[in-house]
Amino acid sequence: MHLWSPSAPRTALVARQQLYRTIREYFYARTVLEVETPLLAQAPVADPNITPIQAGQRWLHTSPEYAMKRLLCAGYGDIYQICKVFRKGEAGKRHNPEFTMLEWYRVGWTHRQLMDEVAELLQLLLAARFSDLTCLHLSYAQALAQYAQLNVHHCSDHDIAQRGQKLANADLALDRDGWLDVIMSHQVEPALPHNTLVFIDQFPASQAALAQLANNEQGVLIAQRFEVFFNGMELANGYQELTDAKQQLQRFQHELQGTERLHDANLIAALEQGLPECAGVALGLDRVLLQLLDATHIAQVLSFAWPRA
Amino acid sequence: MANYSSNEFKPGLRVMVDNEPCIMIDIEFVKPGKGQAFSRVKLRSIRTQRVWERTFKSGESLESADIVDRDMEYLYSDDEFWYFMATDGTFEQLGASREALGDTIKWLKEQVVYVVTLYNDAVVSVTAPNFVELDVAETDPGLKGDTAQGGTKPATLSTGAVVRVPLFIVEGETLKIDTRSGEYVSRA
Repeated sequence: MHLWSPSAPRTALVARQQLYRTIREYFYARTVLEVETPLLAQAPVADPNITPIQAGQRWLHTSPEYAMKRLLCAGYGDIYQICKVFRKGEAGKRHNPEFTMLEWYRVGWTHRQLMDEVAELLQLLLAARFSDLTCLHLSYAQALAQYAQLNVHHCSDHDIAQRGQKLANADLALDRDGWLDVIMSHQVEPALPHNTLVFIDQFPASQAALAQLANNEQGVLIAQRFEVFFNGMELANGYQELTDAKQQLQRFQHELQGTERLHDANLIAALEQGLPECAGVALGLDRVLLQLLDATHIAQVLSFAWPRA
Repeated sequence: MANYSSNEFKPGLRVMVDNEPCIMIDIEFVKPGKGQAFSRVKLRSIRTQRVWERTFKSGESLESADIVDRDMEYLYSDDEFWYFMATDGTFEQLGASREALGDTIKWLKEQVVYVVTLYNDAVVSVTAPNFVELDVAETDPGLKGDTAQGGTKPATLSTGAVVRVPLFIVEGETLKIDTRSGEYVSRA
């Protein structure tokens, strides 16, 4: 093995070119504007589970979300972006610390409408290998009930921790959401039906990130968020975007407690101007290629994966 | 003693997990979109050879296990210990217990060099070379006309191991055996 040589065959690069072309034609036809935003930002991401990479006095973005929302606040309308994003320490069979994301926002849409568009686009992008892909819609609670026999809204923290410890074979000293992550990733995701686009929504309110909260039909407070899984792999993450500047600032302050990172003041100022009601989603394009090419390691779709970069 | 952080985990790494020396076989990085990151690690216990899975939080670290591999020649056994001598010129001798020897006892032959694995200076396992040459102690007589292809029969080797051999093999012959699969390769 020579480290100078590419990790992906030329055919994978051709498939990537075709993928980007299909995406660009799709959005062009729907008058969604392609944008570029800075890779090097003054403020780092606030999410405590994502570690940004520092470059001099600036931070490589971990997602184009903050800058794209400022465009939305400025009234630029429906926008999308294909860009590299950077996350420290995320390396594995399905992760590369530098990877390609498609992120787009639809103004005036609900996250449910956006889920339909995500399904349509993924069916189009994956058509070369999977024709007539069907969709399965589940709430977070339904997914856990069906694939882990767990009633998430009524289960105690103690019971959830016990279930998680069994799966992890260790006490990882996690909080409720941390153990739920173990159950989702170790038990639910591998059990989801294959060759089906699985949409999971209505996440616990404690896992809202940048999504709006709402009461569901059972009167339980949930986050208006969705994730898309395909063949046991998470492909996309979407939100009914939080538009309230005060709530956003509170979540930033809560997330950044005890760290030295500062929140993105420009985003808060933009939200104070007013973010239109909108839904947004991020889609991992390297993973779409993994599925399209029936590849098992992300290196097979990257010209030079992390160890060769 | 060195410590390995979860982002340094890789197959072949020798670490202490719950006070047990283990070797990493496979690592899967798991990261829910908006959640905690984990490393799911498949481990093999050096002592018991048991394979098991365990999840670590990203950023957790493990102490390296003080495990040493030495090339050593098998000498003899007193039925309690099996003695090996270092081939590095020190002529140092070490005894392995029956438990540490495990299945390798089937492939043990004087003057052959084995990999002896030490943990805290005690022998915890012995690994045979991929191929060993052993004599046939007992097998049914071969049948004429069966030399070309086809059938096999069991043969008991000088160590007591039983392997399937072609019908033309007779007692007293020396055979080359693949110790990984326990299969006959050829006449030696």
